[in-house]
Amino acid sequence: MAHAAPAAQGWNDCRNAWVATLEALAEKDPRIVAVVNDSVGSSKLNSFQKKFPDRLINVGIAEQVMVGVGAGLANGGRVPFVSAASCFITGRALEQVKADIAYANFNVKLVGQSSGIAYGELGATHHSIEDFAWLRPLANLVVIAPADAWETAEAVKWAAGYEGPVYLRLSRMPVPDLQVADRVFRMGRAEVVCQGDDLTIIASGTTVHLAVQAAEALALEGIAARVLNMATLNPLDEEALHQAAETGAIVTVEEASIRGGLGGAVAEFTAANRPVPVERVGFPGFMPTGSVEFLFKEFGLSSEGIAAAAKRALARKRA
Amino acid sequence: MRRTAFEMVHRAQLGHPGGDFSAIDAMATLYFGVMNYDVRRPNWEDRDRFIMSKGHATGALYTALCGAGYFPEDWLQTYMQPHSKLNGHPNRNYLPGVETNTGPLGHGFPVAVGIAIAGQLRGASYRTFVLTGDGEQQEGSNWEAAMVAGHRKLANLTLIIDRNRLQQGAGTEETSGLDPLDQKYAAFGWDVEMIDGHDHAALLATLGRAPGNKPRCVIANTVKGKGVSFMENQASWHHGVPNDAQFAQAMKELV
Ligand SMILES: Cc1ncc(C[n+]2csc(CCOP(=O)(O)OP(=O)(O)O)c2C)c(N)n1
Ligand SMILES: [Mg+2]
Repeated sequence: MAHAAPAAQGWNDCRNAWVATLEALAEKDPRIVAVVNDSVGSSKLNSFQKKFPDRLINVGIAEQVMVGVGAGLANGGRVPFVSAASCFITGRALEQVKADIAYANFNVKLVGQSSGIAYGELGATHHSIEDFAWLRPLANLVVIAPADAWETAEAVKWAAGYEGPVYLRLSRMPVPDLQVADRVFRMGRAEVVCQGDDLTIIASGTTVHLAVQAAEALALEGIAARVLNMATLNPLDEEALHQAAETGAIVTVEEASIRGGLGGAVAEFTAANRPVPVERVGFPGFMPTGSVEFLFKEFGLSSEGIAAAAKRALARKRA
Repeated sequence: MRRTAFEMVHRAQLGHPGGDFSAIDAMATLYFGVMNYDVRRPNWEDRDRFIMSKGHATGALYTALCGAGYFPEDWLQTYMQPHSKLNGHPNRNYLPGVETNTGPLGHGFPVAVGIAIAGQLRGASYRTFVLTGDGEQQEGSNWEAAMVAGHRKLANLTLIIDRNRLQQGAGTEETSGLDPLDQKYAAFGWDVEMIDGHDHAALLATLGRAPGNKPRCVIANTVKGKGVSFMENQASWHHGVPNDAQFAQAMKELV
């Protein structure tokens, strides 16, 4: 679906990294197949389909079947990457994801495309902001939301090599590459993107670069914010969360509902282990009609919005 | 109506014009020839109901609702703008005349079955019409709904399948074939009629005829993008949007 997205020079649509990596892996590993729901184009799988016509299984507009078929293909020795708009692969097929993938513990890679609010004007049915909350409690299922093109490629590679169920939450929204020295992808480990001890901003996916911008703005005011890229939501990096709590104030940022997702996970963890003020930046519920840019601004997913949340958290820390 | 829908899509640079154009003749027939409703009382309990199960076809739906008088014409200008009541997919909490929220395929038909059962329970005279895409029929929820409706002999229910033979990325028959759709619905306990979905006389005769004793399935053979030469039967116009030249050309053809 056509939609307007914020873009700038040098920013990447991470779907390109996803398909390039998948095709390279599939060249080497004949077990890899793709399963889709009439979503060849939106998953950018056209060239995969050309290269491997019989390894692209399009079940039609039938997400429950799609996920079940993924489980069956894993049973049959394949390594399926099941790819569809994240709103449908999670919401529509949630029980299949729970029972057939997570509980049955099949080696299936679920790939949620155009996650968050990438479908902007198409509205709440097409937004996927509940997926973190739905999937985070599912045991066995690794949940990863990469922050940029590099991390998308690394996560796809990691998932292919890992024996077990994975949910990759990808986005079509252009993002810049994060500037981190000597990067290594480590599933389940938060990545420190900015150093700082006054507070910690924990971000995921498309919002990490906004958190970095906010930290740069805060630095000009003498506030040293640590920024963590919490790409893996399940399992959580508890050590990084302990250290974040040490800074005495936390802001969470996600292109998702503030209930039950990253913000929910961090609030849960700190309340149980080390209570500190937590300010959650994300979406409150069903949102009004509007473009991606409009909704990001309106709900504070911006450098300014995150910096303001940081100041609220700091004020609570000092109170 | 096609002109109005295409103006909305052109202005917003968003929408699903191919599926708007295949469905629009059936919708015009329903709203301006068949259905009994009162825009001053959108919640009138005995109104006939229409449910747009293929919720992406809002260009067609909003044009019909506006033409029927549910909301002023200038609202069409706000299609998909911030805070617009005309969201990309219909929301009953935003607009009168929208019976239920759709957008994920395979939701409208089960809701229509519920509306029809409510009418049956009350012995009400209203009819319920639901329009699905043909690709949409690949969703299993439709077949669960079809089974319930056939079992309960929901004669007050009419399903229209917009049989344009295309879905988002390709043809239905090359993706996950549906034929023979008529025999499938007949086997599920439905009266089935296959008609030309752009023939207003045929649409009026079939949709306007009083209910029989089974639910009615109308397979409307249509053309995706109907009415604009370069859009007809092109999957790329599922959610393609026109540039200014294409828009001007289409306006010449749509008279
Ligand atoms: C559950 C679900 N899966 C996928 C989609 C994405 N999608 C929107 S329209 C469409 C194709 C619909 O084809 P069809 O039902 O034939 O509609 P038409 O040709 O009339 O536009 C798809 C796959 C969706 N809206 N809902
Ligand atoms: Mg179709």
